[in-house]
Amino acid sequence: MWDYTEKTKEHFLNPRNVGFIDDFDGIGEVGSLSCGDALKLTFKLGDDERIADAKFQTFGCASAIASSSALTEMIKGMTLQEAAKVTNDDIADYLGGLPKEKMHCSVMGRDAMEKAIAHYRGEAEKKIEGEIVCECFGVSDVQIERAVRENGLTSIEDVTDYVKAGGGCENCHDKIQFIIDTVLGNTPRAAKKPEALTNIQKIKMIDATLEREIKPALNQDGGDIELVDVDGNRVMVKLRGTCASCSKSQITLKHYVETKLKELVSQDLVVEEV
Amino acid sequence: MKPIYMDNNATTRVAPEVVQEMMPYFSDLYGNPSSMHAFGGNVGAKLKAAREHVATLLGALPEEILFTSCGTESDSTAIHAAIRAHPEKKHIITTRVEHPAVKNLGEHLAKNGYRVTFVPVDRQGRLDLDYLYKKLSDDTAIVSVMWANNETGTIFPVEEIAKTVRERGIVFHTDAVQAVGKIPIDMADSAIDMLSISGHKLHAPKGIGVLYIRKGTKFAPFLMGGHQEGGRRAGTENSASIIGMGRAAQLVMEYMDDENTRVRALRDKLETELLKRVPNSMVNGDPENRLPNTTSIAFEFIEGEGILLLMDQFGICASSGSACTSGSLEPSHVLRAMGVPFTAAHGSIRYSLSIYNTEEEIDFVIDKMPPIIERLRQMSPFWQKGQKAS
Repeated sequence: MWDYTEKTKEHFLNPRNVGFIDDFDGIGEVGSLSCGDALKLTFKLGDDERIADAKFQTFGCASAIASSSALTEMIKGMTLQEAAKVTNDDIADYLGGLPKEKMHCSVMGRDAMEKAIAHYRGEAEKKIEGEIVCECFGVSDVQIERAVRENGLTSIEDVTDYVKAGGGCENCHDKIQFIIDTVLGNTPRAAKKPEALTNIQKIKMIDATLEREIKPALNQDGGDIELVDVDGNRVMVKLRGTCASCSKSQITLKHYVETKLKELVSQDLVVEEV
Repeated sequence: MKPIYMDNNATTRVAPEVVQEMMPYFSDLYGNPSSMHAFGGNVGAKLKAAREHVATLLGALPEEILFTSCGTESDSTAIHAAIRAHPEKKHIITTRVEHPAVKNLGEHLAKNGYRVTFVPVDRQGRLDLDYLYKKLSDDTAIVSVMWANNETGTIFPVEEIAKTVRERGIVFHTDAVQAVGKIPIDMADSAIDMLSISGHKLHAPKGIGVLYIRKGTKFAPFLMGGHQEGGRRAGTENSASIIGMGRAAQLVMEYMDDENTRVRALRDKLETELLKRVPNSMVNGDPENRLPNTTSIAFEFIEGEGILLLMDQFGICASSGSACTSGSLEPSHVLRAMGVPFTAAHGSIRYSLSIYNTEEEIDFVIDKMPPIIERLRQMSPFWQKGQKAS
């Protein structure tokens, strides 16, 4: 059982401001069903340019609901400038602290606030800055870097607790470690410098990498991959098992298989499904 | 508040008869069963009787019963014994829906020189047997398939699998932690080589397990040291718990009928009524081949942790397959392996009954659940969408 504070429990059992403001001034939606938590925040400004009302709808665990409730209580009466400064730590503090594994719930609150303000100001939906590192939860390197910097995180587990990155298939752990090392000023492991390969070497390395690095990971999810041919830098593969019918297979192919092959064999490789 | 306990696949109440049987061995009768004096020897005689009771429950010989500390130790002992007995074989077959005791050991071995095949299941949680049989090879050291799944209660055809595996001369182990005591098991007429039991799942205390090892099965001990357990598991016997386990084995034989009639009817009532009263809910698992005490129900568009905490307000104890309750971010590996959609996996609740549950309790839960689900759905941003869709 989680060690929730009395205040967290109280906000979960009696959440404030549940609902949706039909004539909202700003709306922010974060998360998704597959992520396991999601928050839809709406607010209405008063004549004094302060937040007169805020309401939330949340799908998620008790701390996600409590964090949403806390956020709406905190921002009422604030100007948008003030509300924009609310951090995930402020939300957690308001509740008397959250278990470390649940900090991502407070981050979700802050992200929804940010989005709702951007929506009110007519700023185009902010494109996710940077490059997606964690495919499972759609977390970018910029988001991870920010979480590491702002919260003084030092391990992959910390990063998962705060922004969920790395909590799924774990394939991005090397990249997360790299970001942590970079922020902390540690010398990241030197990237492998690919040397010119002969065709035979290249095919052998691709095959070995598929067998050693990629197949076991896909097998875990009931999938499989087969090397069909290599033409120059085009690697042609066939996805099997659950991968073949998985809607995410293109992502699997491009981001996972190709990234691994680029990293371990040659930067120039392109993976195609045949 | 008296708990309404419907989490018996997590652990069970120690039967009062078992507690009574154990008590003297915590106080006056503390002798070491290995000692030469009668004071210790009397305890030894009691352990012998306990071993016979467990053997009777399984239709086994007393010498085929090895007492361990828990189900996990039994699983680990069995798998390690098989791979050490056949060091030249580097392949293991298990399933994608095993308990972590086997699943995580399999993943560990996969990183340490073994090829490990995890057999997939279909949407109902049924094993792909053709896949399993195709993967059998001369390199396979052991096949380990659970008898019944802890999350959904789905029963696997382990007897049938064991026969095929034996024809290939491969060792077969089953984690029967959820099955023993709930469904009849007879090792005398079986091709299963090793079988794991956990005491606390069948009204014995925590800290006691059993590994059945068929006579003639190649075995290598996991714990080395003294001569206890016929040299197959060193360490002074956990006398009181072994005696408790023996008594529990006798009791579950008496209870088996009740479990398969009255408890099954209670489970069916709970399931039918909840599905009827709560829209967008469904059962996870194989409704045909299922433990009599278990139902896993998915309530769409909400998250399991919130459901459990609101149930807790009424003293109702159950479990969830949700991510938030497990400490990881992914919902249960069992539900994921079955392809249960995320809309349902996060909001899945497992109710597991025992002979101690009453109709009154079932009625109470049937009454309390719908408003709990409704309350959380009212908060969920996905609920309106979901309602329209179905």
